[in-house]
Amino acid sequence: MHLTIHHGTLYRYGEAANRVFQALRLWPIPGGGQVIRDWRVEIDGRKLRPTCRDGFGNPAATHVIDGPVASLSIVVHAEVDTQDRHGVLGDAVESLPPLFYLNSTELTAIDPALQALADAQRDTSGGEIAQLHRLCDSVRERVEYRSDSTHVTTSAAEALAHGAGVCQDHAHVLIATARALGFPARYVSGYLCASADGAAASHAWAEIHVSKLGWVGFDATNRICPDERYVRVAVGRDYRDAAPVRGVRHGGLAETLEVRVRIGEGQ
Amino acid sequence: MSDTAVFDEMGWPGETRAPYALVDAWLKSVPHEQLALKRREAEGLFRRIGITFAVYSEGGDPERLIPFDLIPRVLAQAEWQRLKLGLEQRVKALNAFIHDVYHDREILRAGRVPEQLVINNSQFRPEMAGFDLPGHIYSHIAGIDMVRTGPDQYYVLEDNCRTPSGVSYMVENREVMLRLFPDLFRRASVAPVAHYPDELLETLRSVPPPNCRGEPTVVLLTPGIHNSAYYEHAFLADEMGIELVEGEDLLVQGDVCYMRTTRGLARVDVIYRRIDDDYIDPLVFNPNSMLGVPGLYFAYRAGNVNLTNAIGAGIADDKAVYIHVPEMVRFYLGEEPLLSNVPTWDCRLPEDLKYVLAHLDELVVKAVHGSGGYGMLVGPHATQAQLAEFAALLRARPHDYIAQPTLALSTVPTFVENGIAPRHVDLRPFVLSGGDRIRIVPGGLTRVALREGSLVVNSSQGGGTKDTWVLEG
Amino acid sequence: MLARTAESLFWLARYLERADYVARLLQGAAHMSAARVDADRSSEWESAIIAAGCQPAFAAEHAQVSSAAVIHYLAFDTRNPSSIVSCIETARRNARTVRTALTADLWDTVNTTWLEMRGFDPGQLDDDRVAAFLDWVKVRSRLFHGAYTSTMLRADGFHFTRLGQFLERADNSARLLDVKYHVRLPNPEDVGGLVDYYQWLAILRVVGARRAYRVLFKGQVTPINVAELMILRPEFPRSLVFCFEQITTQLDKISGQDAQRTAEGKRLAHSLYAQLRFGRIDHIFGSGLHEYLTDVIERNDELGREIANGYLF
Repeated sequence: MHLTIHHGTLYRYGEAANRVFQALRLWPIPGGGQVIRDWRVEIDGRKLRPTCRDGFGNPAATHVIDGPVASLSIVVHAEVDTQDRHGVLGDAVESLPPLFYLNSTELTAIDPALQALADAQRDTSGGEIAQLHRLCDSVRERVEYRSDSTHVTTSAAEALAHGAGVCQDHAHVLIATARALGFPARYVSGYLCASADGAAASHAWAEIHVSKLGWVGFDATNRICPDERYVRVAVGRDYRDAAPVRGVRHGGLAETLEVRVRIGEGQ
Repeated sequence: MSDTAVFDEMGWPGETRAPYALVDAWLKSVPHEQLALKRREAEGLFRRIGITFAVYSEGGDPERLIPFDLIPRVLAQAEWQRLKLGLEQRVKALNAFIHDVYHDREILRAGRVPEQLVINNSQFRPEMAGFDLPGHIYSHIAGIDMVRTGPDQYYVLEDNCRTPSGVSYMVENREVMLRLFPDLFRRASVAPVAHYPDELLETLRSVPPPNCRGEPTVVLLTPGIHNSAYYEHAFLADEMGIELVEGEDLLVQGDVCYMRTTRGLARVDVIYRRIDDDYIDPLVFNPNSMLGVPGLYFAYRAGNVNLTNAIGAGIADDKAVYIHVPEMVRFYLGEEPLLSNVPTWDCRLPEDLKYVLAHLDELVVKAVHGSGGYGMLVGPHATQAQLAEFAALLRARPHDYIAQPTLALSTVPTFVENGIAPRHVDLRPFVLSGGDRIRIVPGGLTRVALREGSLVVNSSQGGGTKDTWVLEG
Repeated sequence: MLARTAESLFWLARYLERADYVARLLQGAAHMSAARVDADRSSEWESAIIAAGCQPAFAAEHAQVSSAAVIHYLAFDTRNPSSIVSCIETARRNARTVRTALTADLWDTVNTTWLEMRGFDPGQLDDDRVAAFLDWVKVRSRLFHGAYTSTMLRADGFHFTRLGQFLERADNSARLLDVKYHVRLPNPEDVGGLVDYYQWLAILRVVGARRAYRVLFKGQVTPINVAELMILRPEFPRSLVFCFEQITTQLDKISGQDAQRTAEGKRLAHSLYAQLRFGRIDHIFGSGLHEYLTDVIERNDELGREIANGYLF
């Protein structure tokens, strides 16, 4: 499938910031059968190219804007050919061994409730994939999708206790519980071309390492394995590792975000 | 203490060992009142030069002196040569290991070091995976803690591959001794240590980043005056003639690192950083870090700046990884290790755990991710309650602990309240690994446990320091 | 030179200059108050507070002006950032962050000052001990001045140190002279009288210039001559014109500057220096001494901000 992505983010600073530093992980990571036809990232209209790969293999770049900065826009425009592989990654070259992704982080730390949620899915009948689908469903049942109910620093344990969250929280809860069952699991940030009416968003899901297939994607929010509507951008242990944008600013008050994403199916 | 006889390096109370002949004669000739006088003079010197270290948690004077003992610790040239070869070998293997774990992980694939021990270790930094460093060196400045139990028995107690401190005491202790006892040095031929800062600067200049053109600009990055080792940071920067910078003095633009000067921005090539990995760059590590520099990690990966020591070097000083250092020497260098490890039980192994639990009252148990002597049990000195507590900890989290026998650390005569008496010591030599070669200034820092019978030499727990002499020829 | 190093040297010198000035103010006030025959002895102490630029903060904490309160506030109160102990503490903290830029002698002077200060017990505030403390502060300040003047390389580090010292001194001299505007005389008819005379004399005493005054002006102490000494006489090392001669010299010597960034600071300094150099005391009195001094203090402040901007502080 040919996808056209247009993703715009506008940062507004309540009071002008003196200086803004950002690290961007907004370029697609190789693998998963996606073929990049065009991929452009623009900061306030200036083109930015990745300058290095981080340890997870994600292409990355930083930029600094000297103030006063009242607002800042980041636009991603891309053309990608994708294929449905039922979530199986297959061909990616990995810089870190699967075992690494058993490591827990602050955002994915286990607690008794997460442990119990994992323990309820110890039944391996039907194989690992079936087991993980059941886990995925149970995560979705316990964490209702509600936009704006959590924020970027909400942990898996907090999201589960809260009983609601967004795709980031579903991914974190799934990752924490999968690791508790002994599966290496990681966070993926990317884009999803959701429905026929063009409504779409940047998205996050999990990848879980199973013995025969390697890395397999699981989107707990939509209870499926990623198909040709998904574009992978960055991976890591959790949101903090794979965040599309991480920033530090000097001065400036509350930051507000406006996001416009348009993903369309091309010809 | 174990029952084994303690080795006194001067030979006390028996016959004086050869390297100590001069010190012995000196001690017999100098009245204690004069030593006491000199000790006060030394304290005044340290205080005025400002050689203090901060221990904020304990209240009281925030700028304390580390007690300095006037009686030097002496090594014969032959003794030192053996140690030196062993140290070079060990640090080479440690650097090869760190490079390997962030690249092809051959030693893990070969099953010589357990994969999980490395990959699931909190000191393993995924941010370093697949990143090539100048000269493949990670621990440019390593402090190897050694103890001695007999004339020819040395053990490595710990490898400090991240930001080992204490070298300023090595240099200043000698400086103070030279001022207090010039005639003593006229009679002895002691290898100098004052050139350490030059050797350090040469080392730092030998590892410029790939994109550096011309002579590299080197700076020392400190967390600031509140850091307990701030004096050392200032001392080293001053002696090397380089800028002592704090995070806010540095700025990364276009993946290039600059310092702010009165003449504008000036490019920086090599940073001798004395801040922890977690604080280096808030865009990658601890987002709340105020000490670091946003974007520094990216400048590093883009090959525009080099950091010493490298991010992620701590994987080699984990106490459980330590067990495998002799194996690293064999694996990477094809040599037999010249320096021994202290025999260590790895509590993750059921057999070892069983032994440790049965002999808890004779062993020292250490947490693998801890540092500086906390989270530690000294079996022979522990109460029943402490033993029970640690036994429970070991059963619950065996992966977090190792155990070692209580060693009879060697002693050196020390000037204490009631005269001269033997006190336990260790030794921290500093090994400098550059792009060209390895440099080691003879000796190192001798730390001494001032309390009678104590084996704890840490400055935060009542330890002091001594001048360390390596005799020439 | 690292911008933060320049900034720390600048403030190190400013704070030690301020400590010296505050000690002089307190000694002057003690002398005046002891010499007074009438009952109103608080005005000398009040003028010390005003001349130190601390009046609003002091008034917020103290309803009454008393000698004990003023001495405590200006000498020992750690909550007052301009008290002598705070100045020495801040100066030493600045010195510590730039140890690599200090000569061994300079560090030794600053560090020993700090160590000795910590040995002084402010709990015992009898007159002798206070007097001894203030004398000690002046001695330490002279030592600092001597140490940096005689050991520092004549390079940027020195220039920023001297810049700090003379920017602070200019501010102090202007405030000291301006205090006569604020201090009430007991009766309007006292203008030109004995109390008035003693107050002008006190200014000379604070800056240690009684002999200098006699050399330059010969006769009796008059307001116009005291003002001329403090503002316009290039021979006197605490006059405004002397301070600005130093300030402009240092600014011109600081190496390799980005002309654009530092131009405004230089312009400010040179224009003020020109005004002082070619000024006439009768014109200054004619348009109002207080207004003149207020303008100098404000422009001096602005210069401080411009230096910070220009050199990336």
